[in-house]
Amino acid sequence: MSSTTLATAGRTARPRAAAGADSARLRWSRRLQHGGWFVAPFLVLYGLFVILPVVRGLYLSFTDANISGDHTGFVGLANYREALRDPLVWDSLWHSTQFTLYVVPLIVLVALLMALIAHHTTHFKWLWRLCFFVPFLLPSAVVGNLWWWLFQPTNGMVNHVLGLDTPWLTQKSTAMLAVVVATLWWTVGFSFLLYLAALQNIPQHLYEAAGLDGANALQRMLYITVPNLRSITGLVLALQVLASLQVFDQAVVMYQFGPGPEESTRTFVQYTLEQGFTSYRVGYASAISFVLFVIIAAVALARMWLVKSREEATR
Amino acid sequence: MTTRSARRWPPAQIALTAVAATLSLVWLAPLAWALSTSLKTPTESVTSPHWIPEHVTLDSWKEVLRAGDIPNWFVNSVVVSVSVTVIVLLVAALAGYGFARTEFRGKGALMGLTMAGLMFSPAILGVPLFTTVQSLGMVDTYWGMILPQCAPAAMVYILYKFFQGLPRELEEAAFIDGAGRWRIFFTIVLPLSKPSLSAVGIFTFIASWNNFLWPYMVTNNPDLMTMPNGIATVQNAFGIVWPQLMAGGLIAGLPLIIVFVFFQSQIVRGVAHTGLAGQ
Repeated sequence: MSSTTLATAGRTARPRAAAGADSARLRWSRRLQHGGWFVAPFLVLYGLFVILPVVRGLYLSFTDANISGDHTGFVGLANYREALRDPLVWDSLWHSTQFTLYVVPLIVLVALLMALIAHHTTHFKWLWRLCFFVPFLLPSAVVGNLWWWLFQPTNGMVNHVLGLDTPWLTQKSTAMLAVVVATLWWTVGFSFLLYLAALQNIPQHLYEAAGLDGANALQRMLYITVPNLRSITGLVLALQVLASLQVFDQAVVMYQFGPGPEESTRTFVQYTLEQGFTSYRVGYASAISFVLFVIIAAVALARMWLVKSREEATR
Repeated sequence: MTTRSARRWPPAQIALTAVAATLSLVWLAPLAWALSTSLKTPTESVTSPHWIPEHVTLDSWKEVLRAGDIPNWFVNSVVVSVSVTVIVLLVAALAGYGFARTEFRGKGALMGLTMAGLMFSPAILGVPLFTTVQSLGMVDTYWGMILPQCAPAAMVYILYKFFQGLPRELEEAAFIDGAGRWRIFFTIVLPLSKPSLSAVGIFTFIASWNNFLWPYMVTNNPDLMTMPNGIATVQNAFGIVWPQLMAGGLIAGLPLIIVFVFFQSQIVRGVAHTGLAGQ
Protein backbone atom coordinates (compact mmCIF):
# COMPACT_ATOMS: atom_id res chain seq x y z
CA MET A 1 0.00 0.00 0.00
CA SER A 2 2.52 2.56 1.12
CA SER A 3 4.91 1.51 -1.60
CA THR A 4 2.47 2.29 -4.39
CA THR A 5 1.60 5.72 -3.03
CA LEU A 6 5.25 6.56 -2.64
CA ALA A 7 6.12 5.37 -6.08
CA THR A 8 3.35 7.27 -7.81
CA ALA A 9 3.99 10.39 -5.76
CA GLY A 10 7.59 10.27 -6.82
CA ARG A 11 6.83 9.69 -10.44
CA THR A 12 3.92 11.96 -11.26
CA ALA A 13 3.62 15.25 -9.51
CA ARG A 14 6.88 16.78 -8.44
CA PRO A 15 5.80 20.32 -7.53
CA ARG A 16 2.09 19.80 -7.01
CA ALA A 17 1.91 16.84 -4.66
CA ALA A 18 2.58 19.33 -1.84
CA ALA A 19 -1.10 19.71 -1.18
CA GLY A 20 -2.54 17.26 1.28
CA ALA A 21 0.07 14.57 1.85
CA ASP A 22 1.72 14.59 5.23
CA SER A 23 4.97 16.45 5.06
CA ALA A 24 7.47 13.80 6.11
CA ARG A 25 6.12 11.39 3.52
CA LEU A 26 6.33 14.11 0.94
CA ARG A 27 9.88 15.13 1.69
CA TRP A 28 10.78 11.46 1.58
CA SER A 29 9.26 11.01 -1.81
CA ARG A 30 10.93 14.13 -3.14
CA ARG A 31 14.27 12.85 -1.96
CA LEU A 32 13.60 9.70 -3.91
CA GLN A 33 14.09 11.60 -7.10
CA HIS A 34 17.80 11.89 -6.45
CA GLY A 35 18.11 8.15 -6.91
CA GLY A 36 19.93 8.69 -10.15
CA TRP A 37 23.15 9.13 -8.20
CA PHE A 38 22.89 5.66 -6.74
CA VAL A 39 22.73 4.13 -10.17
CA ALA A 40 25.34 6.42 -11.75
CA PRO A 41 28.59 4.53 -10.95
CA PHE A 42 27.15 1.31 -12.30
CA LEU A 43 25.83 3.00 -15.40
CA VAL A 44 29.22 4.54 -16.16
CA LEU A 45 30.98 1.16 -16.00
CA TYR A 46 28.12 -0.57 -17.76
CA GLY A 47 28.09 2.03 -20.50
CA LEU A 48 31.84 1.81 -21.04
CA PHE A 49 32.26 -1.97 -20.90
CA VAL A 50 28.93 -3.36 -22.08
CA ILE A 51 26.92 -0.82 -24.10
CA LEU A 52 29.88 0.77 -25.86
CA PRO A 53 31.40 -2.57 -26.97
CA VAL A 54 27.99 -3.76 -28.17
CA VAL A 55 27.45 -0.61 -30.25
CA ARG A 56 31.05 -0.63 -31.41
CA GLY A 57 30.88 -4.33 -32.30
CA LEU A 58 27.71 -3.78 -34.27
CA TYR A 59 29.37 -0.94 -36.16
CA LEU A 60 32.59 -2.91 -36.74
CA SER A 61 30.60 -5.84 -38.07
CA PHE A 62 29.72 -3.69 -41.10
CA THR A 63 33.37 -2.78 -41.75
CA ASP A 64 36.56 -4.55 -42.68
CA ALA A 65 38.38 -3.24 -39.58
CA ASN A 66 41.58 -4.93 -38.48
CA ILE A 67 42.99 -5.17 -34.96
CA SER A 68 44.82 -1.83 -34.97
CA GLY A 69 41.58 -0.02 -35.78
CA ASP A 70 42.67 1.57 -39.05
CA HIS A 71 41.49 0.49 -42.48
CA THR A 72 37.85 0.57 -41.53
CA GLY A 73 36.05 0.68 -44.83
CA PHE A 74 32.30 0.21 -44.71
CA VAL A 75 31.43 -3.08 -46.36
CA GLY A 76 27.70 -3.33 -45.65
CA LEU A 77 26.47 -6.86 -45.06
CA ALA A 78 29.51 -8.49 -46.66
CA ASN A 79 30.78 -9.92 -43.34
CA TYR A 80 27.40 -11.48 -42.56
CA ARG A 81 27.12 -12.91 -46.05
CA GLU A 82 30.60 -14.35 -45.72
CA ALA A 83 29.73 -15.82 -42.33
CA LEU A 84 26.79 -17.71 -43.78
CA ARG A 85 29.06 -19.27 -46.40
CA ASP A 86 32.04 -19.89 -44.10
CA PRO A 87 32.19 -23.64 -43.36
CA LEU A 88 34.23 -23.00 -40.22
CA VAL A 89 31.39 -20.89 -38.79
CA TRP A 90 29.02 -23.82 -39.21
CA ASP A 91 31.57 -26.36 -37.98
CA SER A 92 32.43 -24.43 -34.85
CA LEU A 93 28.76 -23.65 -34.21
CA TRP A 94 28.03 -27.36 -34.47
CA HIS A 95 30.86 -28.22 -32.06
CA SER A 96 29.50 -25.82 -29.45
CA THR A 97 25.98 -27.15 -29.99
CA GLN A 98 27.19 -30.74 -29.79
CA PHE A 99 28.97 -29.95 -26.54
CA THR A 100 25.78 -28.36 -25.19
CA LEU A 101 23.62 -31.31 -26.18
CA TYR A 102 25.94 -33.74 -24.38
CA VAL A 103 26.80 -31.80 -21.29
CA VAL A 104 23.52 -30.16 -20.25
CA PRO A 105 21.42 -33.31 -19.71
CA LEU A 106 24.37 -34.95 -17.95
CA ILE A 107 24.79 -32.02 -15.60
CA VAL A 108 21.08 -31.89 -14.78
CA LEU A 109 20.89 -35.62 -14.07
CA VAL A 110 24.09 -35.91 -12.06
CA ALA A 111 23.39 -32.72 -10.11
CA LEU A 112 19.92 -33.95 -9.21
CA LEU A 113 21.25 -37.36 -8.22
CA MET A 114 23.94 -35.78 -6.04
CA ALA A 115 21.43 -33.45 -4.41
CA LEU A 116 19.01 -36.28 -3.61
CA ILE A 117 21.85 -38.29 -2.10
CA ALA A 118 23.23 -35.41 -0.05
CA HIS A 119 19.74 -34.41 1.07
CA HIS A 120 18.63 -37.85 2.20
CA THR A 121 21.79 -39.07 3.91
CA THR A 122 21.76 -38.41 7.63
CA HIS A 123 25.52 -38.40 8.21
CA PHE A 124 28.52 -36.57 6.71
CA LYS A 125 26.35 -34.22 4.65
CA TRP A 126 29.12 -31.60 4.78
CA LEU A 127 31.58 -34.13 3.36
CA TRP A 128 29.47 -34.97 0.30
CA ARG A 129 28.86 -31.28 -0.27
CA LEU A 130 32.59 -30.61 -0.12
CA CYS A 131 33.54 -33.46 -2.47
CA PHE A 132 30.89 -32.67 -5.10
CA PHE A 133 31.49 -28.92 -5.09
CA VAL A 134 35.26 -28.67 -4.80
CA PRO A 135 36.14 -28.95 -8.54
CA PHE A 136 33.95 -25.91 -9.23
CA LEU A 137 36.50 -23.81 -7.33
CA LEU A 138 39.34 -24.59 -9.73
CA PRO A 139 40.30 -22.17 -12.50
CA SER A 140 39.31 -23.37 -15.95
CA ALA A 141 42.94 -23.42 -17.03
CA VAL A 142 43.78 -25.82 -14.22
CA VAL A 143 40.83 -28.02 -15.16
CA GLY A 144 42.02 -28.07 -18.78
CA ASN A 145 45.58 -29.01 -17.87
CA LEU A 146 44.41 -31.59 -15.35
CA TRP A 147 42.17 -33.46 -17.80
CA TRP A 148 44.75 -33.16 -20.54
CA TRP A 149 46.94 -35.21 -18.21
CA LEU A 150 44.19 -37.57 -16.96
CA PHE A 151 43.22 -38.49 -20.53
CA GLN A 152 46.80 -39.29 -21.66
CA PRO A 153 46.62 -42.69 -23.36
CA THR A 154 49.47 -44.54 -21.61
CA ASN A 155 50.09 -42.62 -18.37
CA GLY A 156 46.71 -41.07 -17.64
CA MET A 157 44.37 -41.89 -14.78
CA VAL A 158 41.31 -42.55 -16.93
CA ASN A 159 42.79 -45.42 -18.89
CA HIS A 160 44.58 -46.72 -15.79
CA VAL A 161 41.33 -46.93 -13.84
CA LEU A 162 39.23 -48.26 -16.72
CA GLY A 163 41.94 -50.64 -17.96
CA LEU A 164 41.79 -49.19 -21.48
CA ASP A 165 44.28 -47.70 -23.88
CA THR A 166 41.92 -45.30 -25.68
CA PRO A 167 43.64 -42.27 -27.24
CA TRP A 168 40.88 -39.96 -25.95
CA LEU A 169 42.41 -36.67 -27.01
CA THR A 170 43.78 -37.61 -30.41
CA GLN A 171 40.83 -39.24 -32.13
CA LYS A 172 37.84 -37.36 -33.41
CA SER A 173 35.22 -39.70 -31.94
CA THR A 174 36.23 -39.08 -28.30
CA ALA A 175 37.77 -35.59 -28.42
CA MET A 176 34.59 -33.68 -27.56
CA LEU A 177 33.49 -36.36 -25.11
CA ALA A 178 36.68 -35.69 -23.15
CA VAL A 179 35.77 -32.01 -22.88
CA VAL A 180 32.25 -33.00 -21.78
CA VAL A 181 33.56 -35.28 -19.02
CA ALA A 182 35.97 -32.62 -17.78
CA THR A 183 33.20 -30.02 -17.77
CA LEU A 184 30.74 -32.28 -15.98
CA TRP A 185 33.31 -32.98 -13.26
CA TRP A 186 34.19 -29.31 -12.98
CA THR A 187 30.81 -27.54 -13.02
CA VAL A 188 28.21 -29.99 -11.75
CA GLY A 189 28.78 -28.80 -8.18
CA PHE A 190 27.08 -25.48 -8.82
CA SER A 191 23.85 -27.03 -10.12
CA PHE A 192 24.08 -29.59 -7.34
CA LEU A 193 23.99 -26.80 -4.75
CA LEU A 194 21.00 -25.20 -6.48
CA TYR A 195 19.09 -28.49 -6.36
CA LEU A 196 20.10 -29.06 -2.77
CA ALA A 197 18.78 -25.63 -1.79
CA ALA A 198 15.55 -26.29 -3.67
CA LEU A 199 15.11 -29.64 -1.89
CA GLN A 200 15.62 -27.98 1.47
CA ASN A 201 13.04 -25.36 0.52
CA ILE A 202 10.25 -27.88 0.01
CA PRO A 203 8.01 -27.51 3.08
CA GLN A 204 8.36 -30.52 5.36
CA HIS A 205 4.64 -30.53 6.15
CA LEU A 206 3.85 -31.65 2.60
CA TYR A 207 5.76 -34.87 3.26
CA GLU A 208 4.17 -35.28 6.67
CA ALA A 209 0.69 -34.86 5.23
CA ALA A 210 1.44 -37.31 2.44
CA GLY A 211 2.82 -39.75 5.00
CA LEU A 212 -0.41 -39.52 6.99
CA ASP A 213 -2.33 -40.20 3.80
CA GLY A 214 -0.28 -43.35 3.39
CA ALA A 215 1.91 -42.30 0.48
CA ASN A 216 5.04 -44.43 0.10
CA ALA A 217 8.53 -43.13 -0.63
CA LEU A 218 8.13 -43.42 -4.39
CA GLN A 219 4.81 -41.60 -4.37
CA ARG A 220 6.22 -38.84 -2.19
CA MET A 221 9.05 -38.50 -4.65
CA LEU A 222 6.79 -38.39 -7.71
CA TYR A 223 4.02 -36.20 -6.35
CA ILE A 224 5.90 -33.85 -4.03
CA THR A 225 9.61 -33.72 -4.80
CA VAL A 226 9.48 -33.76 -8.59
CA PRO A 227 6.81 -31.04 -9.04
CA ASN A 228 8.58 -28.84 -6.52
CA LEU A 229 11.84 -29.08 -8.45
CA ARG A 230 10.32 -28.05 -11.75
CA SER A 231 11.16 -24.38 -11.58
CA ILE A 232 14.73 -24.90 -10.35
CA THR A 233 15.23 -27.39 -13.19
CA GLY A 234 14.15 -24.69 -15.62
CA LEU A 235 16.72 -22.36 -14.11
CA VAL A 236 19.53 -24.94 -14.17
CA LEU A 237 18.72 -25.84 -17.78
CA ALA A 238 18.72 -22.23 -18.88
CA LEU A 239 21.95 -21.35 -17.08
CA GLN A 240 23.71 -24.43 -18.41
CA VAL A 241 22.55 -24.01 -22.01
CA LEU A 242 23.64 -20.38 -22.04
CA ALA A 243 27.02 -21.19 -20.47
CA SER A 244 27.64 -24.25 -22.64
CA LEU A 245 27.01 -22.48 -25.94
CA GLN A 246 29.80 -20.12 -24.88
CA VAL A 247 32.25 -22.92 -24.02
CA PHE A 248 35.85 -21.95 -24.60
CA ASP A 249 38.39 -22.11 -21.75
CA GLN A 250 38.62 -25.77 -20.83
CA ALA A 251 38.43 -26.92 -24.46
CA VAL A 252 41.27 -24.73 -25.69
CA VAL A 253 43.48 -25.57 -22.72
CA MET A 254 42.91 -29.32 -23.16
CA TYR A 255 43.94 -28.99 -26.81
CA GLN A 256 46.74 -26.44 -26.25
CA PHE A 257 44.85 -23.64 -28.01
CA GLY A 258 44.55 -25.76 -31.13
CA PRO A 259 41.41 -26.99 -32.91
CA GLY A 260 41.64 -30.59 -31.63
CA PRO A 261 41.97 -33.79 -33.69
CA GLU A 262 40.65 -33.21 -37.22
CA GLU A 263 39.54 -29.78 -35.98
CA SER A 264 36.77 -31.45 -34.03
CA THR A 265 36.83 -29.33 -30.86
CA ARG A 266 37.08 -25.80 -32.23
CA THR A 267 34.24 -24.03 -30.45
CA PHE A 268 32.37 -21.02 -31.74
CA VAL A 269 33.92 -18.58 -29.25
CA GLN A 270 37.34 -19.95 -30.16
CA TYR A 271 36.66 -19.27 -33.83
CA THR A 272 35.60 -15.67 -33.21
CA LEU A 273 38.75 -15.05 -31.16
CA GLU A 274 40.91 -16.70 -33.83
CA GLN A 275 39.42 -14.38 -36.42
CA GLY A 276 39.90 -11.34 -34.17
CA PHE A 277 43.30 -12.00 -32.64
CA THR A 278 45.05 -14.41 -35.00
CA SER A 279 43.74 -13.29 -38.36
CA TYR A 280 43.25 -9.70 -37.08
CA ARG A 281 39.88 -9.50 -38.83
CA VAL A 282 38.04 -7.51 -36.20
CA GLY A 283 35.14 -6.63 -38.48
CA TYR A 284 34.47 -10.22 -39.42
CA ALA A 285 34.98 -11.43 -35.84
CA SER A 286 32.40 -8.88 -34.63
CA ALA A 287 29.91 -10.07 -37.22
CA ILE A 288 30.16 -13.70 -36.19
CA SER A 289 29.99 -12.67 -32.51
CA PHE A 290 26.57 -11.25 -33.25
CA VAL A 291 25.51 -14.54 -34.75
CA LEU A 292 26.22 -16.13 -31.36
CA PHE A 293 24.49 -13.26 -29.59
CA VAL A 294 21.31 -13.82 -31.59
CA ILE A 295 21.33 -17.48 -30.57
CA ILE A 296 21.96 -16.65 -26.90
CA ALA A 297 19.26 -13.98 -26.92
CA ALA A 298 16.80 -16.41 -28.50
CA VAL A 299 17.45 -18.97 -25.74
CA ALA A 300 17.16 -16.33 -23.01
CA LEU A 301 13.93 -14.90 -24.41
CA ALA A 302 12.46 -18.37 -24.89
CA ARG A 303 13.09 -19.07 -21.22
CA MET A 304 11.54 -15.78 -20.15
CA TRP A 305 8.50 -16.54 -22.25
CA LEU A 306 8.23 -20.07 -20.82
CA VAL A 307 8.50 -18.82 -17.23
CA LYS A 308 5.87 -16.18 -17.88
CA SER A 309 3.42 -18.53 -19.51
CA ARG A 310 3.90 -21.04 -16.69
CA GLU A 311 3.25 -18.34 -14.10
CA GLU A 312 0.10 -17.33 -15.91
CA ALA A 313 -1.01 -20.95 -16.15
CA THR A 314 -0.63 -21.50 -12.40
CA ARG A 315 -2.41 -18.28 -11.53
CA MET B 1 21.99 -50.08 22.36
CA THR B 2 21.59 -52.19 19.24
CA THR B 3 18.10 -50.84 18.60
CA ARG B 4 19.46 -47.33 18.86
CA SER B 5 22.24 -47.80 16.33
CA ALA B 6 19.86 -49.71 14.09
CA ARG B 7 17.56 -46.72 14.18
CA ARG B 8 20.40 -44.37 13.23
CA TRP B 9 21.69 -46.68 10.50
CA PRO B 10 18.73 -48.40 8.83
CA PRO B 11 19.74 -50.50 5.78
CA ALA B 12 18.49 -47.87 3.32
CA GLN B 13 20.69 -45.27 4.99
CA ILE B 14 23.73 -47.54 4.84
CA ALA B 15 23.15 -48.12 1.13
CA LEU B 16 22.67 -44.42 0.46
CA THR B 17 25.81 -43.52 2.38
CA ALA B 18 27.76 -46.11 0.40
CA VAL B 19 26.56 -44.56 -2.86
CA ALA B 20 27.47 -41.10 -1.59
CA ALA B 21 30.94 -42.27 -0.56
CA THR B 22 31.56 -43.95 -3.91
CA LEU B 23 30.49 -40.89 -5.86
CA SER B 24 32.64 -38.69 -3.63
CA LEU B 25 35.66 -40.90 -4.29
CA VAL B 26 35.06 -40.65 -8.04
CA TRP B 27 34.87 -36.86 -7.74
CA LEU B 28 38.04 -36.63 -5.66
CA ALA B 29 40.05 -39.09 -7.76
CA PRO B 30 41.26 -36.54 -10.35
CA LEU B 31 42.54 -34.28 -7.58
CA ALA B 32 44.19 -37.20 -5.83
CA TRP B 33 45.86 -38.17 -9.11
CA ALA B 34 47.08 -34.61 -9.57
CA LEU B 35 48.52 -34.58 -6.06
CA SER B 36 50.16 -37.97 -6.58
CA THR B 37 51.66 -36.84 -9.90
CA SER B 38 53.00 -33.65 -8.36
CA LEU B 39 54.90 -35.71 -5.78
CA LYS B 40 56.57 -37.94 -8.35
CA THR B 41 59.78 -37.28 -10.23
CA PRO B 42 59.25 -36.30 -13.89
CA THR B 43 60.59 -39.72 -14.96
CA GLU B 44 58.33 -41.63 -12.61
CA SER B 45 55.29 -39.67 -13.79
CA VAL B 46 55.61 -41.07 -17.31
CA THR B 47 56.45 -44.66 -16.39
CA SER B 48 53.58 -47.07 -15.88
CA PRO B 49 50.74 -45.28 -14.06
CA HIS B 50 50.28 -45.89 -10.32
CA TRP B 51 48.66 -44.01 -7.44
CA ILE B 52 51.36 -44.06 -4.76
CA PRO B 53 54.66 -42.43 -5.73
CA GLU B 54 57.68 -44.68 -5.17
CA HIS B 55 59.89 -41.75 -4.25
CA VAL B 56 57.88 -38.93 -2.75
CA THR B 57 59.57 -35.67 -3.64
CA LEU B 58 58.62 -32.03 -3.28
CA ASP B 59 61.02 -30.99 -6.03
CA SER B 60 58.27 -30.06 -8.49
CA TRP B 61 56.52 -27.85 -5.95
CA LYS B 62 59.79 -26.15 -5.08
CA GLU B 63 60.75 -25.79 -8.72
CA VAL B 64 57.40 -24.24 -9.64
CA LEU B 65 57.57 -21.80 -6.74
CA ARG B 66 61.17 -20.87 -7.48
CA ALA B 67 61.58 -20.82 -11.23
CA GLY B 68 58.12 -19.92 -12.43
CA ASP B 69 56.46 -16.56 -11.99
CA ILE B 70 53.86 -18.09 -9.74
CA PRO B 71 54.40 -15.80 -6.74
CA ASN B 72 54.11 -12.85 -9.10
CA TRP B 73 50.97 -14.22 -10.78
CA PHE B 74 49.55 -14.91 -7.35
CA VAL B 75 49.94 -11.27 -6.35
CA ASN B 76 48.37 -10.17 -9.65
CA SER B 77 45.42 -12.47 -9.07
CA VAL B 78 44.93 -11.12 -5.55
CA VAL B 79 45.11 -7.50 -6.73
CA VAL B 80 42.66 -8.10 -9.58
CA SER B 81 40.14 -10.27 -7.71
CA VAL B 82 40.06 -8.16 -4.57
CA SER B 83 39.66 -4.94 -6.57
CA VAL B 84 36.92 -6.46 -8.72
CA THR B 85 35.07 -7.77 -5.67
CA VAL B 86 35.22 -4.45 -3.80
CA ILE B 87 34.16 -2.39 -6.82
CA VAL B 88 31.37 -4.80 -7.78
CA LEU B 89 29.98 -4.88 -4.25
CA LEU B 90 29.91 -1.11 -4.00
CA VAL B 91 28.62 -0.41 -7.49
CA ALA B 92 26.05 -3.21 -7.57
CA ALA B 93 24.70 -2.44 -4.10
CA LEU B 94 24.25 1.22 -4.97
CA ALA B 95 22.61 0.42 -8.30
CA GLY B 96 20.41 -2.34 -6.89
CA TYR B 97 19.20 0.05 -4.20
CA GLY B 98 18.73 2.88 -6.69
CA PHE B 99 16.59 0.71 -8.92
CA ALA B 100 14.63 -0.86 -6.06
CA ARG B 101 13.95 2.13 -3.86
CA THR B 102 14.28 5.40 -5.67
CA GLU B 103 12.54 7.15 -8.49
CA PHE B 104 14.23 9.07 -11.25
CA ARG B 105 13.57 9.90 -14.83
CA GLY B 106 14.22 7.07 -17.26
CA LYS B 107 14.39 4.42 -14.53
CA GLY B 108 12.27 1.89 -16.38
CA ALA B 109 14.32 2.22 -19.55
CA LEU B 110 17.63 1.97 -17.69
CA MET B 111 16.43 -1.07 -15.80
CA GLY B 112 15.47 -2.70 -19.09
CA LEU B 113 18.88 -1.86 -20.52
CA THR B 114 20.53 -3.44 -17.49
CA MET B 115 18.46 -6.60 -17.86
CA ALA B 116 19.46 -6.81 -21.51
CA GLY B 117 23.05 -6.93 -20.30
CA LEU B 118 22.37 -10.35 -18.79
CA MET B 119 22.59 -11.70 -22.33
CA PHE B 120 26.07 -10.35 -23.07
CA SER B 121 29.21 -11.98 -21.80
CA PRO B 122 32.91 -11.47 -22.42
CA ALA B 123 32.76 -14.61 -24.55
CA ILE B 124 30.35 -12.93 -26.96
CA LEU B 125 31.71 -9.42 -26.63
CA GLY B 126 35.38 -10.43 -26.59
CA VAL B 127 36.64 -8.80 -29.75
CA PRO B 128 34.74 -5.47 -29.58
CA LEU B 129 35.38 -5.28 -25.83
CA PHE B 130 39.06 -5.64 -26.53
CA THR B 131 39.08 -2.87 -29.13
CA THR B 132 37.15 -0.64 -26.69
CA VAL B 133 39.65 -1.27 -23.91
CA GLN B 134 42.43 -0.75 -26.44
CA SER B 135 41.05 2.65 -27.41
CA LEU B 136 40.90 3.58 -23.72
CA GLY B 137 44.62 2.77 -23.56
CA MET B 138 44.12 0.03 -20.96
CA VAL B 139 45.63 -3.01 -22.68
CA ASP B 140 48.31 -4.60 -20.49
CA THR B 141 47.29 -2.67 -17.38
CA TYR B 142 45.65 -3.66 -14.11
CA TRP B 143 42.71 -1.35 -14.86
CA GLY B 144 42.20 -3.04 -18.20
CA MET B 145 41.89 -6.37 -16.41
CA ILE B 146 39.78 -5.06 -13.53
CA LEU B 147 37.21 -2.56 -14.82
CA PRO B 148 35.58 -4.65 -17.58
CA GLN B 149 34.76 -7.23 -14.89
CA CYS B 150 33.01 -4.59 -12.79
CA ALA B 151 29.69 -4.10 -14.60
CA PRO B 152 27.79 -7.29 -13.79
CA ALA B 153 24.10 -6.83 -14.54
CA ALA B 154 23.37 -10.14 -12.79
CA MET B 155 24.69 -8.93 -9.44
CA VAL B 156 22.68 -5.70 -9.72
CA TYR B 157 19.61 -7.80 -10.40
CA ILE B 158 20.18 -10.06 -7.39
CA LEU B 159 20.62 -7.11 -5.03
CA TYR B 160 17.70 -5.29 -6.63
CA LYS B 161 15.45 -8.25 -5.83
CA PHE B 162 16.80 -8.35 -2.29
CA PHE B 163 16.29 -4.63 -1.60
CA GLN B 164 12.76 -4.83 -2.94
CA GLY B 165 12.01 -7.38 -0.25
CA LEU B 166 13.26 -5.24 2.65
CA PRO B 167 10.53 -3.62 4.72
CA ARG B 168 10.30 0.08 3.88
CA GLU B 169 9.24 1.10 7.37
CA LEU B 170 12.81 1.05 8.72
CA GLU B 171 14.00 3.51 6.13
CA GLU B 172 10.97 5.73 6.61
CA ALA B 173 11.46 5.79 10.37
CA ALA B 174 15.13 6.71 9.96
CA PHE B 175 14.23 9.42 7.50
CA ILE B 176 11.67 10.95 9.86
CA ASP B 177 14.40 10.91 12.51
CA GLY B 178 16.39 13.13 10.18
CA ALA B 179 18.78 10.68 8.52
CA GLY B 180 19.71 11.44 4.91
CA ARG B 181 19.39 9.12 1.94
CA TRP B 182 23.04 8.09 1.93
CA ARG B 183 23.20 7.66 5.68
CA ILE B 184 20.15 5.41 5.55
CA PHE B 185 21.81 3.37 2.83
CA PHE B 186 25.12 2.91 4.63
CA THR B 187 23.92 2.56 8.23
CA ILE B 188 20.59 0.77 7.86
CA VAL B 189 20.23 -0.90 4.49
CA LEU B 190 23.75 -2.29 4.03
CA PRO B 191 24.00 -3.92 7.47
CA LEU B 192 20.64 -5.63 6.81
CA SER B 193 21.95 -6.94 3.50
CA LYS B 194 24.93 -8.93 4.75
CA PRO B 195 23.74 -12.34 3.49
CA SER B 196 23.07 -11.01 0.00
CA LEU B 197 26.22 -8.97 -0.11
CA SER B 198 28.37 -11.87 1.00
CA ALA B 199 26.77 -14.11 -1.63
CA VAL B 200 27.47 -11.55 -4.33
CA GLY B 201 30.97 -10.94 -2.99
CA ILE B 202 31.87 -14.63 -2.82
CA PHE B 203 30.63 -15.27 -6.34
CA THR B 204 32.34 -12.26 -7.78
CA PHE B 205 35.57 -13.30 -6.12
CA ILE B 206 35.40 -16.89 -7.38
CA ALA B 207 34.53 -15.76 -10.90
CA SER B 208 37.27 -13.17 -10.94
CA TRP B 209 39.94 -15.40 -9.42
CA ASN B 210 39.17 -18.07 -11.99
CA ASN B 211 38.57 -15.74 -14.92
CA PHE B 212 40.69 -16.96 -17.77
CA LEU B 213 39.29 -15.52 -20.97
CA TRP B 214 39.46 -11.80 -20.22
CA PRO B 215 42.96 -11.57 -18.70
CA TYR B 216 44.10 -13.85 -21.53
CA MET B 217 42.82 -11.39 -24.10
CA VAL B 218 43.92 -8.18 -22.46
CA THR B 219 47.46 -9.02 -21.32
CA ASN B 220 50.52 -10.00 -23.29
CA ASN B 221 53.00 -9.02 -20.62
CA PRO B 222 53.88 -12.12 -18.54
CA ASP B 223 54.53 -9.87 -15.52
CA LEU B 224 50.83 -8.92 -15.46
CA MET B 225 49.39 -12.40 -15.88
CA THR B 226 47.02 -13.82 -13.32
CA MET B 227 47.35 -17.35 -11.98
CA PRO B 228 45.00 -19.21 -14.34
CA ASN B 229 46.48 -17.41 -17.26
CA GLY B 230 50.11 -17.92 -16.45
CA ILE B 231 49.50 -21.57 -15.65
CA ALA B 232 47.76 -22.23 -18.96
CA THR B 233 49.96 -20.30 -21.34
CA VAL B 234 53.46 -20.01 -19.99
CA GLN B 235 54.02 -23.44 -18.54
CA ASN B 236 53.26 -25.10 -21.83
CA ALA B 237 56.08 -23.16 -23.42
CA PHE B 238 58.63 -24.93 -21.19
CA GLY B 239 57.64 -28.31 -22.59
CA ILE B 240 55.50 -30.60 -20.52
CA VAL B 241 56.77 -31.61 -17.11
CA TRP B 242 53.64 -33.23 -15.68
CA PRO B 243 54.58 -33.09 -11.98
CA GLN B 244 55.27 -29.37 -12.30
CA LEU B 245 52.11 -28.77 -14.27
CA MET B 246 50.08 -30.51 -11.56
CA ALA B 247 51.90 -28.76 -8.72
CA GLY B 248 51.24 -25.41 -10.41
CA GLY B 249 47.58 -26.28 -10.88
CA LEU B 250 47.17 -27.26 -7.25
CA ILE B 251 48.87 -24.05 -6.13
CA ALA B 252 46.44 -22.06 -8.30
CA GLY B 253 43.44 -23.98 -7.00
CA LEU B 254 44.31 -24.25 -3.32
CA PRO B 255 43.48 -20.72 -2.11
CA LEU B 256 39.81 -21.00 -3.05
CA ILE B 257 39.59 -24.58 -1.79
CA ILE B 258 40.95 -23.49 1.60
CA VAL B 259 38.52 -20.56 1.66
CA PHE B 260 35.69 -22.97 0.86
CA VAL B 261 36.60 -25.39 3.63
CA PHE B 262 36.43 -22.54 6.15
CA PHE B 263 33.35 -20.78 4.81
CA GLN B 264 31.46 -23.77 3.49
CA SER B 265 28.08 -22.95 4.94
CA GLN B 266 28.20 -19.29 3.86
CA ILE B 267 29.15 -20.26 0.32
CA VAL B 268 26.47 -22.91 0.12
CA ARG B 269 23.90 -20.41 1.38
CA GLY B 270 25.27 -17.90 -1.11
CA VAL B 271 24.73 -20.24 -4.05
CA ALA B 272 21.24 -21.01 -2.86
CA HIS B 273 20.48 -17.36 -2.38
CA THR B 274 21.78 -16.12 -5.73
CA GLY B 275 20.47 -19.13 -7.60
CA LEU B 276 17.00 -18.99 -6.16
CA ALA B 277 16.83 -15.27 -6.92
CA GLY B 278 17.08 -16.17 -10.58
CA GLN B 279 14.28 -18.69 -10.31
